[in-house]
Amino acid sequence: MIGAKPARKRPSKLLDNLVYGLVWLACLAPLVWLAWRGFTGDLGANPIETLIRQLGVWGLRLLLVGLAITPLARILRMPRLVRFRRTVGLFAFSYIVLHLFSYVGVDLFFDLGQLWKDILKRPFITLGMGAFLLLIPLAVTSTNGWVIRMGRATWQRLHWLIYLIVPLGVAHYYLLVKADHRPPLIYAAVFAVLMSWRIWDRVKRT
Amino acid sequence: MLIRNAPDLTENEVTDHGLYLRRREFIGGAAGLGLAGLAGTAGAAPLRYSRGFSTTEKPTPKDDVTTYNNFYEFGVDKGDPAENAGRLTTRPWTVRIDGECEAPRTVGIDDLIKANKLEERIYRMRCVEGWSMVIPWVGFPLKDLIASVKPTSKAKYVAFETLMRPSEMPGQAWNVLEWPYREGLRIDEATHPLTLMAVGLYGETLPNQNGAPLRLVVPWKYGFKGIKSIVRITLTEKQPRTAWNVSAPREYGFYSNVNPAVDHPRWSQASERRIGEFRRRETLPFNGYGQYVADLYRGMDLKKNF
Repeated sequence: MIGAKPARKRPSKLLDNLVYGLVWLACLAPLVWLAWRGFTGDLGANPIETLIRQLGVWGLRLLLVGLAITPLARILRMPRLVRFRRTVGLFAFSYIVLHLFSYVGVDLFFDLGQLWKDILKRPFITLGMGAFLLLIPLAVTSTNGWVIRMGRATWQRLHWLIYLIVPLGVAHYYLLVKADHRPPLIYAAVFAVLMSWRIWDRVKRT
Repeated sequence: MLIRNAPDLTENEVTDHGLYLRRREFIGGAAGLGLAGLAGTAGAAPLRYSRGFSTTEKPTPKDDVTTYNNFYEFGVDKGDPAENAGRLTTRPWTVRIDGECEAPRTVGIDDLIKANKLEERIYRMRCVEGWSMVIPWVGFPLKDLIASVKPTSKAKYVAFETLMRPSEMPGQAWNVLEWPYREGLRIDEATHPLTLMAVGLYGETLPNQNGAPLRLVVPWKYGFKGIKSIVRITLTEKQPRTAWNVSAPREYGFYSNVNPAVDHPRWSQASERRIGEFRRRETLPFNGYGQYVADLYRGMDLKKNF
């Protein structure tokens, strides 16, 4: 971040760790903030709904941040930014796990019969659950070991699933909104921009 | 029809204790209005009322009732109305009552409050989104107001309209719904003794975010039927347009009776979260008022007329 020019030399280990720590803190901040609001009773009249909604929205935001890293790294000529994709992606996954847990465990109170009915009958839950299931293999194979085991090309192809997962997440959000569709449409627009860059980039390179 | 008063409510469950202690100060009406500036909520004035039909369930805390609102004229988030509704001017305020009647009239809100015997009704309120509250309203039966304009035999429905004033209602700058907000009832629903014109809650005049100065409360229907800040009531021969029905006809019907057996196309209506409670509870047909209102719908297919 500090070396705005393309860095020839690796930045110092200390600086590296510092930047890494900042990224961690930034990813953790919404959760800390939510927990704080929870403890101080500041989640409003319907705290469970607020919690579920906020965890879901932050999961989606971090997925989009993850998708923005590659374009940013290229545009800013800061290739080492790419190393944050795993951190951001795993944080996104964590938020989504908590989002799902607060729906199944807190909202439904582990009423698995109701959960199954919801999955079958509520398109927004079907889509959300689908997106979550597709995320699991990505989270599992996020380690260096898995990249080596699978081979770079296969691993890459598996992780293209994210281009399906994010629109599923946006659709999941869109379908639960009552009338004001602007927020999910904003996420859809951000996704569209990030995908357009990728298409443009690919066309340019061939 | 018999509507019982709930026997097992204690006074302090329905009346704020501070208000109770100061009862002598504001009993006597005019003197009471003079206290408006001293009352707890800004702009809220204590009201005189008797106790009417009520549930025995514990009322939702006033803080929650006045900060968690759907009132899209002030923004689409539930915290928006409490934040933005303060600038709404509710005096002077007139309500026009017209249409299929012999004595149409325009009446000022304070005259309306004075002319009607106010009573407190503690009702359950079930939102179509799957949450509910118990709210101590203060108001008078809509049927009294309708009778006052002498409806003709052509009066089959009642149409309601909210104020249209974009300068004070920032949400109206954008058509998230068709403005002004409209609602409607069949005449027999409107003249049912449970149907209330509310002018207050928790013993005081309505906070703006709850629909000041005059709103509809129909406890067996989803909350959005309870149109807020009403400026016009029209008796009609044809079924009137209603805001949510116009916005999404597949999802919100004209009747919109609380019905756990008819799901919203996108989510279940079988259960609800009572604000302040942890576990969801089962939703009751007609929001638990079936014994009083189910007759209105005898012979109707409520799955079709949702």
